[in-house]
Amino acid sequence: MTTTANKPRTTAGLQRRSPSRPSKTFYWMVVPALVLFVILHTVPTVTGMFYSFTDYAGYGEWDFVGLSNYVNLFKDDRIMASYGFTFLFAITTTIVVNVGALFIAILLNSKIKYQTAFRGIFFIPNILSVLIVGYVFNYLLSNNLPLIGQALGIEWLSTSILANPDLAWLGIVGVTAWQSIAFSVIIYLAGLQTVPGELYEAAGLDGASPWRQFRSITFPMIAGYFTINMVLALKGLLQAFDQIVALTNGGPGTSTESVAMVIYRGGFQGGEYGYQMANSVVYLVVIVVLSLLQMRFLSRKESELQ
Amino acid sequence: MSLLIEKPEAGTPATRRRRSSVNIPLTLLAAVLSLTVLIPLYFTIVTALKSSDQLNGNGLALPTSIHLENFSNAWKLTNFPNALLISGIVTVAAVILTILTNSLVAYAIARNMHRPFFKALYYFFIAALFVPFPIIMLPVTKEMAVLGLDNPVGLFLLYTVYGLSFNVFVYTAFIKSIPAELEEASVMDGASTWTTFWKVIFPILTPINATVGILTCLWAWNDFLLPLVILSDPTTRTLPLVQYVFQGQFNTDYTTAFASYLMAMAPLLLIYIFAQRWVISGVMRGSIK
Repeated sequence: MTTTANKPRTTAGLQRRSPSRPSKTFYWMVVPALVLFVILHTVPTVTGMFYSFTDYAGYGEWDFVGLSNYVNLFKDDRIMASYGFTFLFAITTTIVVNVGALFIAILLNSKIKYQTAFRGIFFIPNILSVLIVGYVFNYLLSNNLPLIGQALGIEWLSTSILANPDLAWLGIVGVTAWQSIAFSVIIYLAGLQTVPGELYEAAGLDGASPWRQFRSITFPMIAGYFTINMVLALKGLLQAFDQIVALTNGGPGTSTESVAMVIYRGGFQGGEYGYQMANSVVYLVVIVVLSLLQMRFLSRKESELQ
Repeated sequence: MSLLIEKPEAGTPATRRRRSSVNIPLTLLAAVLSLTVLIPLYFTIVTALKSSDQLNGNGLALPTSIHLENFSNAWKLTNFPNALLISGIVTVAAVILTILTNSLVAYAIARNMHRPFFKALYYFFIAALFVPFPIIMLPVTKEMAVLGLDNPVGLFLLYTVYGLSFNVFVYTAFIKSIPAELEEASVMDGASTWTTFWKVIFPILTPINATVGILTCLWAWNDFLLPLVILSDPTTRTLPLVQYVFQGQFNTDYTTAFASYLMAMAPLLLIYIFAQRWVISGVMRGSIK
């Protein structure tokens, strides 16, 4: 009697227990990956933070120097200039990329012929190496663009803009935008496909202009994609390295040195390991703070629109 | 009478035609804008085919004579087959390992999100997305050298592990949408959690595996900074790294340099031409929540 009464209770108990206590297998699935991630990502991050309080040169002995690396960073013109350049470059390029990509995505989403072929062409830059694209454009901007400038009689275009300390950054913005627009276009296209066509038909009947349709229908509907694109673009561009190596190598002088480049050069070649780790920690804080601010600002705007 | 009968028949194709009507000016605009992508590519190809004395002028003219020796020079100078092999091995290994391991990790996390350990793990991986690579760059270079992993094996291992941050995010979003009944049925049949994953879940993940595979492939194939700092042996350089190392020797020999660039870009470009629709839909899928 008791056994029969117990039986269903036990199975029920087992079923209830199985979701609350996961099989060990689930732990075996994640623990090796977690261990590797900690060894290859977390340990280097923490090691770096540790050395930022030392005068370690990358070899030999070291001593604790407290916060002096951090204090010196803010007195170092080259470091401050690299932040200035990186912000100017990243913010300008983020805006250019998003305006350009939104425009192209809307164009590709409209009733044009050969839609798939055009979409395929606009994505090509994204499959190419940033470094190699940089080398190709280095040649174009140094040799071919000045010829066009001369032919048109535009003085500032008549010599290589990459050799001009005031204009070199614009060359880097242009080339980076050429390449980064490709990926953003695809994200915007994914967003545009979620906008129901009937909304436009209704708006079209009311005689709304294309700009008005964009402002009151398209943009609010894809605002989430705009936020993603802006955050991803800014975060990626703040870490620019490859294209600068290929286009100017930081020059003329040090006018286009990005933060990543200064860390690389100072850390690997300049014997400034500890000092550049302090720079990296500041850089980490800057990227996290900027990304969070941007997300908060844009998601507030998003909810205002909806 | 005939008019009345014709009306509905004529009306349907007319509306259909209006709906699918092509906007010619916008098509032309798209064509003009696509030239901004195509002209630099065209320029790369014709420059690689020219001799140095044909480089005068705006550079867009077709070559007057074809100089395939640019390719053989670049091939020999950069030891192209070797770099191609290294890039190929690193990329293929990174893609396969990433798909097999990252999906598994994401599955365990997605199915246990209500448990603190797995939830913490999820946010731990996501938080790492905000850590810029330069902060890891110097310490990880030393660490990989100490571990004896300053080689292509270490490189694809890093792509697989660093990929976790983003891929776990993409996979869990997808796995959450898979009804748990599917696995429960499999477990009822006596299958273990492993078997259930490989036999039931992994096949369902195919579209998202493709997305992760494409993104990993583009990353590993084109990356420059990680190979630059990790690879210590000059015979194990990847294709982008080779372009950087030989930049000094190309210096004035632009035609050889462009032949080398073109050869480095060609493999992925050729695959892309044939798999274009598939690649784009794969990338698009990754951005839809």
